[in-house]
Amino acid sequence: MNYLEFTTFLLPEIILLITALAVIGLGFVCQNTASSTATPNKLSAAISTIGILLAGAVLLFLSPEGNILGSMIVLDPLTRLFKVALLGMTLISALLLLENRPTHYGAENFAMLLFAAIGMLLIIGTEELLMIFVGLELTGLALYTLVGFAQNDKRSAEAALKYFLFGSVAAGFLLYGLSLIFGVSGSTELRLIGKAFQKGIPDPILTAGLAMALAGFGFKVAAVPFHLWSPDVYQGAPPPAAAFIASGSKVAGFFILAKVVLLGFAGLEGSAGWGNFAPGWVPMIGLLAALSMVVGNLAALVQQSVRRLLAYSGIGHAGFILLALMAGTPFAFMAMLFYVVIYGIATLGAFGIVAVVLRSRNGDSLKDFAGMGKDSPLLAFCMVVFLASLAGLPPLAGFFGKFYLFTSAIGADKSLIWLVILALFMSAVSLYYYLLVVKQIFFASASDKTPTIHASCLTNWVCFALALVTIGLGCFPELLLHPIRVAVESTFLR
Amino acid sequence: MIAWTFLSAFAGAILLLLLPPQYPRLARAIALTTACVGFVFALVAFLSYDRNAGAATFQFIIQKEWIPTLGIGFYVGADGISLLLVLLTGIIAITGVLFSWNIERSTSRFFALFFLIIGGAYGVFLSLDIFLFLVFYEIVILPKYLLITGWGSTNKEYGAMKLTLYSILGSALVLAAIMATYMAAGIYSFNLMELAFVKYTPAFQIWAFPLMFVGFAVLAGMWPFHTWAPTGHVAAPTAVSMLLAGVVMKLGAYGAMRIAMPLFPEGLIEWRFFFAILAVIGILYGALVALAQRDLKFVIGYSSISHMGFVLLGLLTLTTLGISGAVLQMFSHGIIAALLFAVVGRMIYDRTHTRDLTALSKLGLSKAIPFAAVTFVIACAASMGLPGFSGFIAEITILLGAWLSVPSLLWIVAPGLILTVAFTLKALHLSFFGETTEAATHSAPLPAITLPEKLGSIILITVTLLVGLFPTPFLELILHSFNGELMRTLLK
Repeated sequence: MNYLEFTTFLLPEIILLITALAVIGLGFVCQNTASSTATPNKLSAAISTIGILLAGAVLLFLSPEGNILGSMIVLDPLTRLFKVALLGMTLISALLLLENRPTHYGAENFAMLLFAAIGMLLIIGTEELLMIFVGLELTGLALYTLVGFAQNDKRSAEAALKYFLFGSVAAGFLLYGLSLIFGVSGSTELRLIGKAFQKGIPDPILTAGLAMALAGFGFKVAAVPFHLWSPDVYQGAPPPAAAFIASGSKVAGFFILAKVVLLGFAGLEGSAGWGNFAPGWVPMIGLLAALSMVVGNLAALVQQSVRRLLAYSGIGHAGFILLALMAGTPFAFMAMLFYVVIYGIATLGAFGIVAVVLRSRNGDSLKDFAGMGKDSPLLAFCMVVFLASLAGLPPLAGFFGKFYLFTSAIGADKSLIWLVILALFMSAVSLYYYLLVVKQIFFASASDKTPTIHASCLTNWVCFALALVTIGLGCFPELLLHPIRVAVESTFLR
Repeated sequence: MIAWTFLSAFAGAILLLLLPPQYPRLARAIALTTACVGFVFALVAFLSYDRNAGAATFQFIIQKEWIPTLGIGFYVGADGISLLLVLLTGIIAITGVLFSWNIERSTSRFFALFFLIIGGAYGVFLSLDIFLFLVFYEIVILPKYLLITGWGSTNKEYGAMKLTLYSILGSALVLAAIMATYMAAGIYSFNLMELAFVKYTPAFQIWAFPLMFVGFAVLAGMWPFHTWAPTGHVAAPTAVSMLLAGVVMKLGAYGAMRIAMPLFPEGLIEWRFFFAILAVIGILYGALVALAQRDLKFVIGYSSISHMGFVLLGLLTLTTLGISGAVLQMFSHGIIAALLFAVVGRMIYDRTHTRDLTALSKLGLSKAIPFAAVTFVIACAASMGLPGFSGFIAEITILLGAWLSVPSLLWIVAPGLILTVAFTLKALHLSFFGETTEAATHSAPLPAITLPEKLGSIILITVTLLVGLFPTPFLELILHSFNGELMRTLLK
């Protein structure tokens, strides 16, 4: 390995890093000169957009394939596909961030978003425990700051502190778990660990290590019982930050969790099927999945704040996604990746619209959505598309996503049908609370004094584009499924 | 060609969605055109269906790759049974538009949602790929909710939510069973023609069949999962009541017949008697509850439960006669229920703003709106199953089938027939032919029956008479479907 090779492999990350530093520099310059906060905001958004697009282009057209430093940095079709997906989500979060109420630290906001994105790209592009930890920490630190950026809002500070405290404890668990795994297996490379454990005898120390690592990852993807931070953070954080945590951070979290268990612990599944229980990581994840979908969906029923509602529904969705992870087959892995992406898209859009309501009406309770159908028919339509996709109604992406997810779970182990029926039932429950929002949007009338919901042209276009993607992937899922299938096949047949 | 039925409906829906709400007349024109286009395609297919094709019962086939990763195809086609129901959907679409001519608020959106349901219904009846079927089957859920909550009446939010949750829970059961079937078959295909001829183990069929059948039967209004239907029908605006009772309930029955029953013949035999008993309870229970109702729309809502019980009973006889009768009953009840809801919802309620039988009996409606009275008399006669109307042929065929297959149950069904006559006559008497009070004769005259209403009523009456007097071409079309392998799996 030489530095040139290193640079070609990490070029997208390096571009993002340079962009982030440039944005910070811009912030310093503007702080002393410009009187309004709008200019640096717009400038840094423009620079970030260019940086993200450039990184994406490099990733698509210039990046090599292979791995360097063992499997510290891996670039194959799968990682490339998900890095591109993540960059897309970062771009949309950046655009939403531009629309957010300007603060004095506008430029730094964008820089933090970019740092978080770099961390996520590193997580996705590695098969090595140390690198995973470094990436997770980089992402986490940037996100904690991002959450606390609304200076005048106490909730934001509280959310940031909560996120930080939970996050640091989870990181501690994760690191300790990883060190135990390293101690037993003698390696930090996932594929070597996988080879070391092919005998299939669960070692108690290893089980402890795995459980601790799962706690760390469970925090990242907001699975019950490691979910407590998520409603407060989603509600307290500025909406673009919450959107990025709900989409990008979850995509990265699920991606690496799946890779760790599928590559590193392929021989130690165990089983959570009805009547043929066996110890391993599948029962552990099964427990998280069942708890997440029940607690998330039931708690969402009684929420008044739409951001909390989306947080709890996100916990429920984490349960659905973990269900496919339990199946443990490449077929289910594909279903999971597909679902994570479309979940991220719908959530980004929903948070974009929540941000609009929050700006116009200074609140995000169900009542604040009243009359949206009249004020802005386009945004109302988009919101219905996102919510219906999350609820899993055709012809939206969520329907096919859930169908594929649950089918693959049954396919791997027929005795998992009890969990699938629970999931379908919970999915039906979720329709109830999504309809509560829909009802407010179209059928509740706002009093004359309430300000109208108005969004800028940019937000309208961003939300509309996301809604179109949701409909398009619902009607033609093969558009995303085909690249995922090609990529997964190349990774698992390597 | 047959795909143009739902494609035109969806195209109309999108067009209407894009139309600004301040042009109600244009919206009505587009809606009527869309409905007619769909109907014409359905009618042309109905007339050009080749009845001498032997075992090739599915015609107008379109088969394209859609999601190859899972073996899902865009696969549509129609046999005689699907064609009959597609024709029903077309008729209900046209008359539904005619009976919603007076909708003034957000007319374009109302019709846009209406055509999403119509398109979904066409799609369900034509799908030969199970995943495609499910897509159409679930497309109708959200528009139903929005239509009832937005344009409904009595207790609409409760009715709409209940109906929606029942629908989605029913489809959850169906989904679970279909996913399990897909994996049990192991052929990585959702093609109905391939899945239906896989031999599933008896142990699998024993639990998969009831799961799927109950899921479908929820939408068909099978007792004890029927409670969404009366409240939903009552809360819905007229056209949606017509659509719910006329078409949407048939989606469930059709799904049970086309998917649940052919896939699991052994499960079917095992559970047949149990579900037949539930169907018979539905017939009796629906009729009894209808007899006790004070609200005219509830009477019709519960009568639908009773009539749909006949459909399920007919299907479960597993004889050619019984199943043919069930299909004819689906068609016939679709027309008659639509007519009944049109009279009650549009002609009576929109004018008098009451559906309470005691209140109606004092208004002397037979003199105030004679056209409505005549229509209602005909509709009631058809609903009771008088000879000459479609209901008679359908129910008598079902009863003959039941006689051959489950004779013991017939003794219990018989009182149901009498009860049907009882509650229908009671409703008819109280609503139109009560004693006119002094106050009613001096009050302001009710608005006259409009042209669209007359047109809609005449279409529906003509169809039910046509089927009643000349049932042979319709029955032949249904019987022809039994030449196909798929339908033959149903016969014992």
